[in-house]
Amino acid sequence: MIKITFIDSFGEKRTVEAEEGSTVMETAIRNSVPEITAECGGACACATCHVYVDPAFLPLTGGPSPQEEDMLDFAYGTQPNSRLSCQIKVTPELDGLIVTTPPRQG
Amino acid sequence: MDESIKTDVVIVGAGPTALFAVFELGLLDIKAHLIDVLPRAGGQCAELYPEKPIYDIPGHPMITGEGIVEKLLAQIEPFHPTFHFEQMVTEIEVLGQSQAPAFRVKTETGRAFECKSLIVAAGGGSFQPKKPPIEGIEAYEQESVFYSVRKIEDFRGKNVVIVGGGDSALDWTLNLQPVAKHLTLVHRRDEFRAAPHSVKAMRELVQAGKMELRIGQIVSLSGADGKISSARIKSAKGELGELACDRLIPFFGLTMKLGPVANWGLNLHENLIPVDTAQFETNVPGIFAIGDINHYPGKLKLILCGFHEGALAAQKIYRYVYPDKKLVFQYTTSSTSLQKKLGVA
Repeated sequence: MIKITFIDSFGEKRTVEAEEGSTVMETAIRNSVPEITAECGGACACATCHVYVDPAFLPLTGGPSPQEEDMLDFAYGTQPNSRLSCQIKVTPELDGLIVTTPPRQG
Repeated sequence: MDESIKTDVVIVGAGPTALFAVFELGLLDIKAHLIDVLPRAGGQCAELYPEKPIYDIPGHPMITGEGIVEKLLAQIEPFHPTFHFEQMVTEIEVLGQSQAPAFRVKTETGRAFECKSLIVAAGGGSFQPKKPPIEGIEAYEQESVFYSVRKIEDFRGKNVVIVGGGDSALDWTLNLQPVAKHLTLVHRRDEFRAAPHSVKAMRELVQAGKMELRIGQIVSLSGADGKISSARIKSAKGELGELACDRLIPFFGLTMKLGPVANWGLNLHENLIPVDTAQFETNVPGIFAIGDINHYPGKLKLILCGFHEGALAAQKIYRYVYPDKKLVFQYTTSSTSLQKKLGVA
């Protein structure tokens, strides 16, 4: 079973089970994780599922695609480890993934 | 102000659900005017995902956001709907009684309509500019912070700071640079979504020392009495700097806000409008709500559900528009009268 930990902007941790092939955003929405809005429903067309990926997992998730970079321009408080969680596919290697949500999505 | 436009139905919104409602109304000889805050038809399909494939439109195994809008516009062409873009409906006044409803509708640009029924097909609300999360930014919004440019003259001789990397940010950088005292473009990275020719023009101005480009994010503003004096910028490496600034124009894209819909006397349930599922009428007789903005048990926010809702709402609206006529249900496959309306018989 693949597990993902979401840390909210207050530092509260929530570890939930994720399904292989789904996305980190979908995992958050299915488990009512706060601070992920996902206004466009996963189309990489807004920037309201912005997360900071734990640097240890960056080599596994990789960086944003050019289209995702464009969308990140609309996100607030971007950092070098910023990703849109709808663009991170859940794979077995990502078991244990830790992402932090920003205080504001848009 | 213009004379008010008299029509059968005013539709608030011009997304896919609103467009198909025009078709269903048209078959029943009901004329409609559509009002939308965006500059074109299509709503979220046009604004959020024009090139994204949609897989759950009946009869279309795959169609893009833009594709479905084009097809809907072609489908309603025989009914000649009138569109009023780039304005929000701000006021709705009830003129008639519940048996014979009538409304006066006003938009922010001062256009007025008189109609017998209203369809609210406003999706997630109206698209409004996103505000950057800078503490206290609201205090400067009247004097120093603008989310769009209405009058170039307001920026003459000012220290202008524009934030963003898309076409709006670059276009206004190029347009305001000649009038501004000093212009700084701030973007979080040294790559731009905007059209390459405007990026090139901007870089030439930077080279020539006519404007400044700073890579980073605005983190705080200083000023007094609603007027900004400087903006603090943080680079990607975390270094802080100060920018002289008395006009800040952030371009962070659009977000959906319920907006004035909340003031129209309609019952709301978590920012959605409750309706009955036979007619999709709200608590105000004559005002209907269809598509993503309505709420009822089992509601799904799907385009196909919005189509169904529009068809049923049109049946009830017919009774308001033609109280003395009897509505006979007909199929487009067999009815010559419907086919005549569609221009195919």
